[in-house]
Amino acid sequence: MTENGQTIRSLVRAAITLAAAAAVYEAAARSGYFAPALLPTLPIIAHTLFAMLADGSIIEHAAFTLYRVMFGFSLAVVVGLPLGILMARYRRIEHFCLPLVSALMPIPSFALVPLFMLWFGIGNLTTILIVFYAATFPMLFNTWSGVRSVNPIWLRAAGAMGADENSLFWKVIIPGASPFIITGMRQAFLRAWIAVVGAEMIAASDWGLGWVIFDAKEFLNTDIMLASLVVIGGIGFVFERVVFGSLERATVLRWGMTRTAKG
Amino acid sequence: MLPIEIRDVTLTYDTPGGKVPGVKDVSFNIDASEFLCIVGPSGCGKSTLLNMIAGFLAPASGEIRIGGKAVTGHGMDRGVVFQDFAQLFPWRTALGNVSFGLEMKGVPKQERETIAREQLRLVKLEKFTGSFPHHLSGGMQQRVAIARALAYNPAVLLMDEPFAALDALTRDEMQRLLAEVWRETRKTVIYVTHNVAEAVYLADRVVVMTPHPGTVKAVIKIPLPRPRDPLSVEFVECQKELLRYLGHDANPSETEKSAVNGKLKSGA
Repeated sequence: MTENGQTIRSLVRAAITLAAAAAVYEAAARSGYFAPALLPTLPIIAHTLFAMLADGSIIEHAAFTLYRVMFGFSLAVVVGLPLGILMARYRRIEHFCLPLVSALMPIPSFALVPLFMLWFGIGNLTTILIVFYAATFPMLFNTWSGVRSVNPIWLRAAGAMGADENSLFWKVIIPGASPFIITGMRQAFLRAWIAVVGAEMIAASDWGLGWVIFDAKEFLNTDIMLASLVVIGGIGFVFERVVFGSLERATVLRWGMTRTAKG
Repeated sequence: MLPIEIRDVTLTYDTPGGKVPGVKDVSFNIDASEFLCIVGPSGCGKSTLLNMIAGFLAPASGEIRIGGKAVTGHGMDRGVVFQDFAQLFPWRTALGNVSFGLEMKGVPKQERETIAREQLRLVKLEKFTGSFPHHLSGGMQQRVAIARALAYNPAVLLMDEPFAALDALTRDEMQRLLAEVWRETRKTVIYVTHNVAEAVYLADRVVVMTPHPGTVKAVIKIPLPRPRDPLSVEFVECQKELLRYLGHDANPSETEKSAVNGKLKSGA
């Protein structure tokens, strides 16, 4: 089958799933069991969404949220990736970092928001740091596992061909651990995306999708809340499927290091 | 194309069950450009010996010299081919894999691609330079591995049962190809196998090893002219002779020892 045909089929499959979920929601909203103000129908939500898109407000909010996510996520990759590799390569670094990681990782990033607000104030800095906190651990953990699972025969073969530490690092360990590194980035982005909305609800002023939802609660604007959720879900979906999906297809799938499910 | 001397090499392994002798007082020489096979049952230390020549393991006592120089670690005077197909880097094409050693040597891109193409031609894979390993069959992957080990022009080629995981037909084809490659390149080759027919087909001389501990039982010259015919009477006679040396030491605790050897290989 052609590449194009596969893409179209995968889009059709995704559309069918989403349409089924939408139909269930619409049936519930129109059933009469719930107050329309609490469970607006899909056309109302769509109308609100288009209005927010037309005046550009939701785009601006989304841009703020994305900025915070990308900033925090990039920081998490810059810190988590090298630290994960170092932990897997050097036992002393592993011994030092692992207890710290194990102690910090279970703390929900949302629980840190009030503390960070006191330390760093309301606005971008706090939200970015919360995102960073949420995204670093999956990045670190997956990289650490990935480097430890690099096939020793690659290291041996590379060593026999005269590779020094530097070459081993860049030309064997990083590509060898890439399935895990990409999974780490995926999970980190997902955690970041979840964390940013929560952090924005209380630690951001006036901007961001999380803030929009929290603010809409004051006026019982469930349509705005749901429209924002659609945008949050949509952006998350695009990143998961398009950005990370393409990254995977261009690397580990192409190299046969990860396979697509059969049947 | 360097000669190799192996002098009184001994190595013991520490296992949870105590000290296990790997190889004991092994000595023999390999001439420059000679094709030498090491044959023996599992656990006889043939892979261990190869790993010491490759520099992955250090002998507890004794000495290995390549071209008069003592082996202290791995070096670019030796190319290594393993049994495992996974030895290729999956993220590199056939060409990229073969270029790796040259890249480490600092050979400029243009030049190393020319050399890598030439090596792939030698193993008859010139049409697959751009293929990733997972698109190649097991036999093709092993041919890439041979090209990769030869690309940076080592004097010695070390091969650890490279065709053992292939089907019989492919294996025959690969043996013919390797004999051809050796004729063209005249590398000193040390080839570990447990397949007697393979050893008779390829080798100038065969070192027969026996286990518990791994020692050299005999060094046998294969006097047959090349190319060799595996169905000829002389070929079969050579096989019989080798089997006689191996058969003397048929050992009931074989499975137990091979399990030990497997563990050590993965840990080494």
